[in-house]
Amino acid sequence: MELFTNQVLAGIATGAIYACMALAVVMIYQAIDHLNFAQGEMAMFSTFISWQLMQWGVPYWAAFVITLALSFVGGIAIERILFKPLAKAPVLTNVAGFIALFAIINSSAGLIWDFTIKQYPTPFGSAPFLGSQLISTHQAGMIGVTLLLLVGLYFFFQYTRIGLAMRAAASLPESARLVGINTSWMIALGWGMAAAIGSIAGMLIAPVVFLEPNMMGGVLIYGFAAAVLGGLSSPFGAVVGGFLVGIFENLAGTYIPGVGNELKLPIALALIISVLVVKPAGLFGRHIVKRV
Amino acid sequence: MSAAEEVVAEGHQAVEAVPKRAMTLGTGTSLAVLAVLLVAPVFVKNFIIFQMTMLLIYGLAVLALNILTGGSGQFSLGQSAFYAVGAYTTAVLMEHFNVNYALTLPIAGVVCFAFGFLFGQPALRLSGVYLALATFALATAMPQLLKLNFLEHWTGGVQGLVVTKPDAPFGLPISQDMWLYYFTLVVTIAIYIFSVNLLRSRSGRAFMAIRDNEIAASAMGVDVALYKTLAFGVSAAITGIAGSLGAIAVQFVAPDSYTITLAISLFLGMVVGGVGWLPGSIVGAAFIIFVPNIAEGISKGLSGAVFGVLLFLVIYLVPHGARQIAIASKSGS
Repeated sequence: MELFTNQVLAGIATGAIYACMALAVVMIYQAIDHLNFAQGEMAMFSTFISWQLMQWGVPYWAAFVITLALSFVGGIAIERILFKPLAKAPVLTNVAGFIALFAIINSSAGLIWDFTIKQYPTPFGSAPFLGSQLISTHQAGMIGVTLLLLVGLYFFFQYTRIGLAMRAAASLPESARLVGINTSWMIALGWGMAAAIGSIAGMLIAPVVFLEPNMMGGVLIYGFAAAVLGGLSSPFGAVVGGFLVGIFENLAGTYIPGVGNELKLPIALALIISVLVVKPAGLFGRHIVKRV
Repeated sequence: MSAAEEVVAEGHQAVEAVPKRAMTLGTGTSLAVLAVLLVAPVFVKNFIIFQMTMLLIYGLAVLALNILTGGSGQFSLGQSAFYAVGAYTTAVLMEHFNVNYALTLPIAGVVCFAFGFLFGQPALRLSGVYLALATFALATAMPQLLKLNFLEHWTGGVQGLVVTKPDAPFGLPISQDMWLYYFTLVVTIAIYIFSVNLLRSRSGRAFMAIRDNEIAASAMGVDVALYKTLAFGVSAAITGIAGSLGAIAVQFVAPDSYTITLAISLFLGMVVGGVGWLPGSIVGAAFIIFVPNIAEGISKGLSGAVFGVLLFLVIYLVPHGARQIAIASKSGS
């Protein structure tokens, strides 16, 4: 039983990483209705920017805020320059665009900062949290930040004018335009926010997985899986999905013989698919009913 | 509901309807392309012949994805798994059982058909991004499964298997590479003709009806579940045959040759060639084989970025892929 509790705790700790990423995924999905394959790379690039700032002597929190702002602007710029011209193109062409963006960012980061693994500082310290060996203060801090973000997003979308406008633009663009919402800019704003949330995720994850251009590969897959499991229309679902994926993964690695590290990912994905077969819209997703 | 949301809900409008007549090339153009493919190897070096063989093989794999996505409207990021199953079937049969290489192709096709058909069953419940995730899971799992310990005797584990390259039969005085090229060409043409006819047949029309409107299709008596899984099966079978040919051409199979990267390349090939336009498959295959090399030639350190920029250029100029050029030139003349 103790082993079980410990593994669940460890799962929650890794789950926090996935939850963070899943939140960014859902954010952009709400705005543009696509899964952005380049999301992880955008987050990685932001993290590198903050690392560079710190190398130049900027203190952590100042670098954090500057990076957040830069990522927000960068996200908007990417949408305006690269994806707005593709707005009328088929969906699959847009997906190809994400893959292209992925390649560009990954390779540029590799050229600017090279592929060596770098240490990344944590603002929370890495002592054991409340005497538990399995969760460090950093991981606890990460869970805290994720939950804070979630609450913040909830209020933003529920109670602010601009949040409401974004939701309107995503769910009924025609009607939103008729009541005077600039839907095109709402999409850009969605990209900006997704990039900013992604950068937070990146900066929180970097101390755990270390900083390098490929650091987001695995994390993004789990983030997608978590977002899909939770239901792509629900930020709350994304966070729950993130923790569940973390726990699944750890328990599968511990209790199923012969699994080891290699097979953890396929098993986690297989479990998620089994859930989706039963609940096709995800655990907390709104089932979209279509009028024929 | 936004148009994009409908896509997710339905998963099918993601693929636009391609008029049936626009699915193939004219007879004249087809013959010209065929003539080039037939004659070209005589004039070039062995390495280029090898690349042309790979072009045909990837062309087949892209074609298979095109039938699945362009034909039946189902999205797959798991094609690399089917490709791997085909490649391993051939390698194991050839190296452990001494089966003739040509005979392994139909066996690989049947094995992959069964595999794809079975995979299509649970996938029936999923559409759009959810189906993408499921197929993606298959693609990430496949290399790990091939490395499993108890399969190592057959698959060679991480090391993989070496495949012997066949000689030209009947004492034909041509090199192994050239023989393999013509062998691949014959298989490719046969499968291309099969695919074109498949999409023109009753089954093909059923695929397209499902793609365009699943509810309407089922109301008209199309067995949606059967045809969706059938599309998966056919696509997997063709991908598997491509995989077998790939194994023979490369003379080597290893788990890490069949990662998700391969599935993503095939997907890009489909987009560049034009979704649902079968002749575009070869254009797409050319893109995914040659453009990374060109990118590397332009800049070693930034090859990924150059590739991305080239890809962006292509999708800006022709968002509907090579099909757009073909249709434009047709209506222009």
